[in-house]
Amino acid sequence: MMEVKNITKVYKLGDVETKVLKGISFSISAGEFVSIIGPSGSGKSTLMHILGCLDTPTSGQYFFEGKNVSELSDDELADIRKKEIGFVFQAYNLLPRATVLRNVELSLIYAGVPKKEREEKAKKVLMASAFPQEFWYYFSNQLSGGMQQRVAIARALVNDPKLILADEPTGNLDSKTGDVVLNTLIDLNKKGHTLVVVTHELYVAQYAKRIISLKDGAIIEDASREKSKSLKIIKE
Amino acid sequence: MLITDLIQETISAISANKVRSGLTILGIVIGIASVIAMISIGQGATGQIQASIEGLGSNLLTVMPGSMKTGVMMAGRGTAQALKEDDVNVLEPISGVIAVVPVNQRSFQVIAPNGKNTRTNVIGGSPEIFQVREISLESGSFFTENQVRNIERVAVLGKNVAEDLFGEEDSAGKMIRISGVNFKIIGVAAPKGGVMGVFFDDMVYVPITTMQKVLSRSEYISSILIKVEKKDLLSQVQQEAILALAQKHRVDPQDPDFSIISQEDILGALNQITNTMTIFLASIAAISLIVGGIGIMNMMLTSVTERTREIGLRKAIGAKNKEILAQFLSESVILTFLGGAVGILFGWLISIGISKFAGISTQVSLFSILLAFGVSSLIGIFFGYWPAQKAAKLNPIEALRYE
Repeated sequence: MMEVKNITKVYKLGDVETKVLKGISFSISAGEFVSIIGPSGSGKSTLMHILGCLDTPTSGQYFFEGKNVSELSDDELADIRKKEIGFVFQAYNLLPRATVLRNVELSLIYAGVPKKEREEKAKKVLMASAFPQEFWYYFSNQLSGGMQQRVAIARALVNDPKLILADEPTGNLDSKTGDVVLNTLIDLNKKGHTLVVVTHELYVAQYAKRIISLKDGAIIEDASREKSKSLKIIKE
Repeated sequence: MLITDLIQETISAISANKVRSGLTILGIVIGIASVIAMISIGQGATGQIQASIEGLGSNLLTVMPGSMKTGVMMAGRGTAQALKEDDVNVLEPISGVIAVVPVNQRSFQVIAPNGKNTRTNVIGGSPEIFQVREISLESGSFFTENQVRNIERVAVLGKNVAEDLFGEEDSAGKMIRISGVNFKIIGVAAPKGGVMGVFFDDMVYVPITTMQKVLSRSEYISSILIKVEKKDLLSQVQQEAILALAQKHRVDPQDPDFSIISQEDILGALNQITNTMTIFLASIAAISLIVGGIGIMNMMLTSVTERTREIGLRKAIGAKNKEILAQFLSESVILTFLGGAVGILFGWLISIGISKFAGISTQVSLFSILLAFGVSSLIGIFFGYWPAQKAAKLNPIEALRYE
């Protein structure tokens, strides 16, 4: 489903070049649950941005569903993000002045889906994720962090995307609400969505079936949970 | 993105910060209102002048001594003594001419028996002057051909003169003294009103012969009025009259010692003045509109900065650059549009107020409303484009990280 071939990412700040990703290759097939771990500065956020079609690599190739993403225009990238990818951010990033329902509808708005159909889809997704109906018409900033993240997940799901990309989804939550959010994500993976979680939290990573460990812009390990040494090292 | 969603997003963004939006709109309101009010004053003046000029009598040509060039009056009219009463004879045969009226005009002291007096313009003319100038009577009668021939000392008073001298009472039949000579009032003209009313209701009409022999004691006349059959013939008659008079005066028709002006000429000259005034007033008002536009730009820039993360999120979930551009552009356009609508309303009220309390006639035309709407939306686009483009060009990753 996704394949990265020897990608690099270089940021230029004046004359100084910073190589954030140094030739990374791997592929993820549909239905996988992959966790990308690594300390801060390891390039995992940059990698996630490239996987999420928010950014393009400096060199190398990234194929998403067979399409070479590095060759696409801004608008084509936006189209992929809209139809194929659902994002879950650490800071939720909901629109504060909009209702829960409107937040969930947002990407459908940009897809040009008519209001009625949009509402139906949004309600369906909220229903499926067992989001309490009494809060549907609350403004998003009236909700607790855990609730907000669940709205964000519903928003990511409303287009029925193939890939769900979560960037530190539990980073702002306590462990109890974090568990709820994490279980929601795991459920989605069980239903067939490909799930990629970027995290530095061990307790999140250990749910993944496969762990890609980054350090200084390179992969130091790519293994299943059972075999992952990185996970064990951190554990110990 | 559907247009209804675009509008809904815009309205929710504008209403999220009502005070700021309101203050920004206020700038546009003031700008548009002043433009509307200023143009209404200019157009009111134009309309009034037009009505007054037409009130002078339609299809009228005026022959005056002295030359006149391209709408600007040269030489002191009346000072040159170039026109004589027999000039009328060469003008009458021109085809299309209905009436030719020699006029002798001069300012005299007019005294009523009750001691009240006023200094006013006394006009000597033939009886046709009333028809040509489209003057109607309030009481009494006009003087006749016979009275002209007999050099009778009779006068028709303009409404203001009659009121100045005799107040509300009917003055027909009473006596007045003009420059020490007794005249009998035979009629009072109905008021013309308007700006020109100040001028025309302040006149005293006497037979031309009486004027020449008794009052001014001069053969020369101050102007000749030519009434033309219909509008289309005006310029043709004007040309022929110039040739005929130049021949009689033995002067070069290119540089005659008289000038013939039509109402259009006067109207043109006056319109030039009022147009200049309108443009002047409107440009001053337009400055405030530009200031208002800068206010819009300022607010939109602040708004783009404040909502950087939101823009990043919108982009992350699939908003295209042009959709972000459209959202911010429509915000500034709707702001200026609202400002334009309220501004038109206020401008209208101001112009009504001006005409009510300051007595200046004003006129709000569809043109100025359309202009205001057009200008305000253009300002929205112009001053909103840069901030909107700034928003559209934001890098989604940096925007999402923005604190």
